[in-house]
Amino acid sequence: MKTVKVYGPGCKRCAATEDMVKDAAARLGIAVEVEKVSDPRAIAMAGVMSTPGISIDGKLVHAGGLPDQTKLEGWLSA
Amino acid sequence: MSVDITSPPRPARPDWLWHLGVAAFVLGWWLLYGQLVPISEWITAQLPVARHSHTGEAIAFFFYDVPKVMMLLTLIVFAMGVVRSFFSPERTRAVLSGRREGVGNVLAAGLGIVTPFCSCSAVPLFIGFVSAGVPLGVTFSFLIAAPMVNEVALILLFGLVGWKVAAIYLGFGLAIAILAGFVIGKLHLEGWLQDWVRDIHSGANTAGILDEEHLTLVDRYRLGLEAVREIFARVWVWIILGIAMGALIHGYVPQDLMVRIMGAGTWWSVPAAVLMGIPMYTNAAGVIPIVEALLGKGAALGTVLAFMMSVIALSLPEMIILRQVLTLRLIAVFIGVVASGILGVGFLFNLIF
Repeated sequence: MKTVKVYGPGCKRCAATEDMVKDAAARLGIAVEVEKVSDPRAIAMAGVMSTPGISIDGKLVHAGGLPDQTKLEGWLSA
Repeated sequence: MSVDITSPPRPARPDWLWHLGVAAFVLGWWLLYGQLVPISEWITAQLPVARHSHTGEAIAFFFYDVPKVMMLLTLIVFAMGVVRSFFSPERTRAVLSGRREGVGNVLAAGLGIVTPFCSCSAVPLFIGFVSAGVPLGVTFSFLIAAPMVNEVALILLFGLVGWKVAAIYLGFGLAIAILAGFVIGKLHLEGWLQDWVRDIHSGANTAGILDEEHLTLVDRYRLGLEAVREIFARVWVWIILGIAMGALIHGYVPQDLMVRIMGAGTWWSVPAAVLMGIPMYTNAAGVIPIVEALLGKGAALGTVLAFMMSVIALSLPEMIILRQVLTLRLIAVFIGVVASGILGVGFLFNLIF
């Protein structure tokens, strides 16, 4: 089980990113627990400056804009 | 914005096809752009209204401006998307951290133009900057310049009003961002941040991500296209509304009334324009067609610029977002300093022109 955190204050792109993560995980058959982090303090603490950001098992993999589909699958299956 | 997340990865096109496509697009754009006046006149002629009536004027204005603005936006947002792929908030922060005030303010305002920034990430960006040792005033220079002097504002001004006004806007927008940030820095208001922001030390643990150094030119084209898609999804309504509003002003508002209310001879029009602009929330794309129409009707340049800067730089929603990190007192100082700068520019221009 991987813990994925999606950092974002709640803009459209953040919601879209969350969906992308869930879909990619389902497609790859990887069990994930997706957590949405919208508290600005928590976002800043994670070192995310441009949202949406993604961390997987505590490691920040992406910040700013929608993630690339292929890269996202790479991070998830790594 | 609709994100089609179920589509399979696109088959890779060869690089030369991308370069060719971009070149063909720019050429086609150029040819079409030259034909916009005849096209708008033709459309207006098809409608059962007299060309030089109020309605005819308004309609011709609308059908000329909508495609013109859309075309300019497409080209410039694409180009800026490519340019911005060379910048990132992380890199900008690295450039600004530890900078002295003065030079730092100038750099921050300049970087504010090219660094990708969306007001929805204003808070994490603010914290990221401040916690990495970017001085408060320098951070503010960035936060003022980023929305105010953006490519959409500049290009629309260039296309609709002329290059001189666009250059003036660029110069004075940067000047306000630099000076306002400098003043805020000199006031030493670090104590007026929310308590938790001062205590935070978000380590720059962004290491190991953002391998953007390896982007190819084609990757950057893709980012440019993505920017076009995103900006359009966000602003097309504002553009249509703004142009419709501009068209009404163009067609119906009598010239002498506008000169009386917004002309250079009316001293209170500048502060009134700034005050009106603060609660108004639109972006450059919506406000510039209005600016164009107001200028055409004899409104004074300083008054109109003040209105536009106020609408774009001082927005209520952004203040509400920033309230999470700034105390109300600091927000009040921020609004006060920026509004004074805008007032100054407004009065100065009404005096000169």
